[in-house]
Amino acid sequence: MGGKHYLPLTEEDRNEMLSVIGAGSVDDLFADIPADLRFKGNLELEPAMSELEVLKHLQQMADKNRHFQNCISFMGAGIYDHYIPSLVSHVTGRSEFYTAYTPYQPEVSQGTLQTIFEYQTMICQLTGMDVANASMYDGGTALTEGAIMGCGATRRSRVLVSRSVSPFYRAVMRNYFNSRGLIMDEIPLRDGCTDREALLNMIDENVAAVALQQPNFFGMVENMNGLANIIHERKALFLVSVDPISLGLLQTPAEYGADIVAGEGQCLGIPASFGGPALGILAAREKYVRQMPGRIAGETVDSEGNRGFALTLQTREQHIRREKAASNICSNEALLALAASVYLSAMGPQGVREVAEQCLQKTSYAREKITAINGFELVFPGIYFKEFAVKLPVSPEDANLHLLKKNILGGVDISQFYPELDQTMLFAVTEKRTREEIDILVGELEELK
Amino acid sequence: MNYKVIDGLQYTKKHEWVRREENSAVVGLCDYAQDKLGEIVFVELPDVGTELEAGKSAAVIESVKAVADLYSPLSGTVIEINEELLDQPELINAEPYGEGWVYKMEIKDENELAALMGKEEYEKFIVEEEEK
Repeated sequence: MGGKHYLPLTEEDRNEMLSVIGAGSVDDLFADIPADLRFKGNLELEPAMSELEVLKHLQQMADKNRHFQNCISFMGAGIYDHYIPSLVSHVTGRSEFYTAYTPYQPEVSQGTLQTIFEYQTMICQLTGMDVANASMYDGGTALTEGAIMGCGATRRSRVLVSRSVSPFYRAVMRNYFNSRGLIMDEIPLRDGCTDREALLNMIDENVAAVALQQPNFFGMVENMNGLANIIHERKALFLVSVDPISLGLLQTPAEYGADIVAGEGQCLGIPASFGGPALGILAAREKYVRQMPGRIAGETVDSEGNRGFALTLQTREQHIRREKAASNICSNEALLALAASVYLSAMGPQGVREVAEQCLQKTSYAREKITAINGFELVFPGIYFKEFAVKLPVSPEDANLHLLKKNILGGVDISQFYPELDQTMLFAVTEKRTREEIDILVGELEELK
Repeated sequence: MNYKVIDGLQYTKKHEWVRREENSAVVGLCDYAQDKLGEIVFVELPDVGTELEAGKSAAVIESVKAVADLYSPLSGTVIEINEELLDQPELINAEPYGEGWVYKMEIKDENELAALMGKEEYEKFIVEEEEK
């Protein structure tokens, strides 16, 4: 067979196709490409492997990957190693859902539309908002679309974004804003949180929205008290990006007066993969539903009065509104939204609270232990959730190489995003970490001095 | 002709109408436009005090099948908006030239008003549009 059993076409198939189009040979088919540009001779390929050999080979290559399953992870900065109940993949793996294309037609997709509707409902319950859409690509696109909603609702074009918002999200926003003629200005930091005084000086009647992250990129819990008033006095909107797990413990954005809520939903039952695909959460107060991009599944009744589901408020999407569409996103991350729904259903409000509590307790333990090591300094004092920044006595890169040898994925080097934070590593501690694992990390860090 | 066009109004090629009231102008959507849009479900109005520019989007009209901008026929400041439309956007379908008016604005430049079409010219215009 010479390896041809991996190819879908037989020699007979090829000859038949060539004769139909009137080409004598494959060379004839490429006659339009000048002869001197064409490759002559045989490709230097190794002989074909059997299926057994191929699988073994691929497995050997895959085994070189270092990931959450074969390492102890303290990596975060947006993507986290939270526990995924086996129920999640059991449901998302069903062939009715596990498709490359999400069917939205109500005639054939009641199940899919119902899962989207339930996802939206749970996001509203979690955030306290009135409406949520069917999801965006990731936390960055969700926050950016939220900012664009703010510009649409206020008919203003300048958005203030705290520097404590993820640098990845700010990069996405800058990219979108550049091509839309919108302005993004950054609010400086003070002790790892948004500088309120600077915000007060920057905000004026041209500002459409103010965006913060809770907890912020450094894992710090921002003081949201009174911010809504400051922002609403200028008739601007209060946009916040949240870690949904943190909402098991922290105030909901609705409670501190946010108008639009974005967030990264990877922590809700979705594997890290290579940093994506992820799940963009977007929710808002009902007032802004018509500025909302993407899809929204709605509950309705059919002609016989039975409960049913259909996409709603689609008139602002691209296929109808063309260049004036609210967004160029007119799809969603349906399978991952389903994963989040199954995760939230499996955990329940009590379960999410427990995950959040464990994150906080374990982070607290790791923070205390690590910063007790000589030469390891806590960068920002204050209230934290599941991450904290530490200044190392060595370069974060060297530290991570050392840790990796011990099957530990160390924290993210954040000096690359904040030049003023030299040799700084951001550690994330989820509910999955045990005291023993944290002690192993601390032991290895002690070796670095 | 199936579309209602009334005397005493000025019309734009984007199917907005203007009615002069002393020093101000009332703006609305023509019968032709409301018919093409179908059942109107939402209207986004400008804020009072907004400076409008002729030909630029002033309001957004959303129907069950499309969303369309209402382009301001004139330049000037918005002095009143039809808040009834927030609860009853279908007034535009029912009475495009009456209860379904959209906003009232000051007249900044008389020439802009004079340049708009009158009844007969607009009637001819929509016949041509239909034939396209």
